[in-house]
Amino acid sequence: MESMFWEREIETLEREELEKLQLKRLKATIRKAAKSPYYARVFSEMGIKAEKIKSLADVKHLPYTTKDDLRKQWPYGLVAVPREKLVRMHSSSGTTGRATVVFHTAKDIDKWTNLLARCMYMVGLRKTDVFQNMMTYGLFTGGLGFHYGAERIGALVIPAGAGNSKRQIQLLFDFGTTAIHVIPSYAMHLASVFEEMGLDPKSTQVRMAFIGAEPHSEKMRQRIEEIYGFKAYNSYGLSEMNGPGVAFECPYQNGMHIWEDSFLVEVIDPKTLEPVPEGEQGELVMTTLTREGMPIIRYRTKDLTRIISGPCPCGRTHRRIERIMGRTDDMLIVKGVNIFPVQIEKRLLAVPGVGKNFLIILEREDYNDSMTVKVEVERQYFQGDLGQLEKLRRKITEELKSEILVTPKVDLVEPDSLPKSEGKAVRVIDNRKE
Amino acid sequence: MIAEQISVFAENKPGKLAAVTRVLAQEGINIRATTIATSDTFGVINLMVDKPQKALEALGKAGMLVKTRKVLAVLIPDRPGGLDRLAQTLAVAEINVNNAYGFVLEKGTQAVFVVDVDQLEKAEQLLQAEGFTTVGPEILE
Repeated sequence: MESMFWEREIETLEREELEKLQLKRLKATIRKAAKSPYYARVFSEMGIKAEKIKSLADVKHLPYTTKDDLRKQWPYGLVAVPREKLVRMHSSSGTTGRATVVFHTAKDIDKWTNLLARCMYMVGLRKTDVFQNMMTYGLFTGGLGFHYGAERIGALVIPAGAGNSKRQIQLLFDFGTTAIHVIPSYAMHLASVFEEMGLDPKSTQVRMAFIGAEPHSEKMRQRIEEIYGFKAYNSYGLSEMNGPGVAFECPYQNGMHIWEDSFLVEVIDPKTLEPVPEGEQGELVMTTLTREGMPIIRYRTKDLTRIISGPCPCGRTHRRIERIMGRTDDMLIVKGVNIFPVQIEKRLLAVPGVGKNFLIILEREDYNDSMTVKVEVERQYFQGDLGQLEKLRRKITEELKSEILVTPKVDLVEPDSLPKSEGKAVRVIDNRKE
Repeated sequence: MIAEQISVFAENKPGKLAAVTRVLAQEGINIRATTIATSDTFGVINLMVDKPQKALEALGKAGMLVKTRKVLAVLIPDRPGGLDRLAQTLAVAEINVNNAYGFVLEKGTQAVFVVDVDQLEKAEQLLQAEGFTTVGPEILE
């Protein structure tokens, strides 16, 4: 049987060895970071020196870096190498304010590419595959990151980019695509386009999909797998940590292996900033361990997850993180209750008759919050019977109430009637005025 | 005979009925009767038309969520007590009526009453045995 390891030695390195490597790389990272204007100042103010770091636990003496810090240092404040060594700039999607920018040297790109090759090879992408990349190319890291990774493996890459659904489907059939990279909400939308064109989403040769770039529930993954009849693997990354290739599911699909030779991982309580006990949910904090163009120390990702402890049957020693619950920024507070859109998605998709898209609308009247959830009805479900629709609405209301403890108003709407996006899905419209 | 009713999912907002009737008018489809059942923000528009299959295709092509639904179109005399006999017959047999509406075919003579029931075949046989006539689209032309 063919090996599933791109780099067996590093992927299965004993924990003790892996931690030794992390310590060595952490010290090197501090030395590199100290060459950037920002960290030079912060380190000298705090008296931080690489030599003082004796164990990985000493990471707690290092300062956190926030998105806001990156914004204040915009654009070059964290760059640690002479300008002529930089070969690439990427930026975050900028959904929550001014975009943050990250710079890479040729070596950085090479290492990032290698991580993506490692991810895709792990779930079976090979040089005989045809890989169609349905992600935005450009400033966004998802497009180019996967493109380079798939080329490194030697697959035939179709750089389709995002959108243009009919052409995407045409390309899938014309070139016998076997693997795709797609945003989960776009995969759902694309299924409607297959239907419109009178085509069966299962009739392609695609056998695997890499899905990421937005938080999604296990139910969503299962739904995508059912519709298309392929395996869908969860991918995690963020532009500040290169982009995709930070963590990825192995064939066991139970959590994402986070590449600890390249990132030092902590999970903290976002309020107290203290580490949470291993296995508990908190905010993911990461330090780059190999980057030279723009090393980042203890970056607060705002992504909520937990470490899945214990060995994985695949044999990799790099720990796993659970699928992302959401960004702390995505959290909605409705009537004092904390709610993540992913919780709503998970429950909705478990109800038969629920279609492909939904939208949460928040309003406030006389200091009272109200939540309306618009839900598309599945085309095949409709039997022309109002009673059936009312039952569906009641079922959805009950499901959501038991998950989020708030009773939402549920509106059923026609299939494909809610606004769809070719990038990250818009799930929430908040009309509440502070 | 079992008849077909066209049912369209409709969000409860201005212009929805007009969108349906526009498509039917363009296709030259004749509407004999219609009811709208609503539940707050959404509802179902039910239509008896002369060409149900053509209506189904045209409305579906226009992007609407539409289904044909099997119903009974029963001829009843257009005079006091006409509907009562039908209703009593269904009640005795414990057949539940989900939706019902009627229209006059020939004033003072004959009307059609459309019933959407929970036990379609049983109801059809019963009505036949009781001397009722059930009709299909041909009578609607």
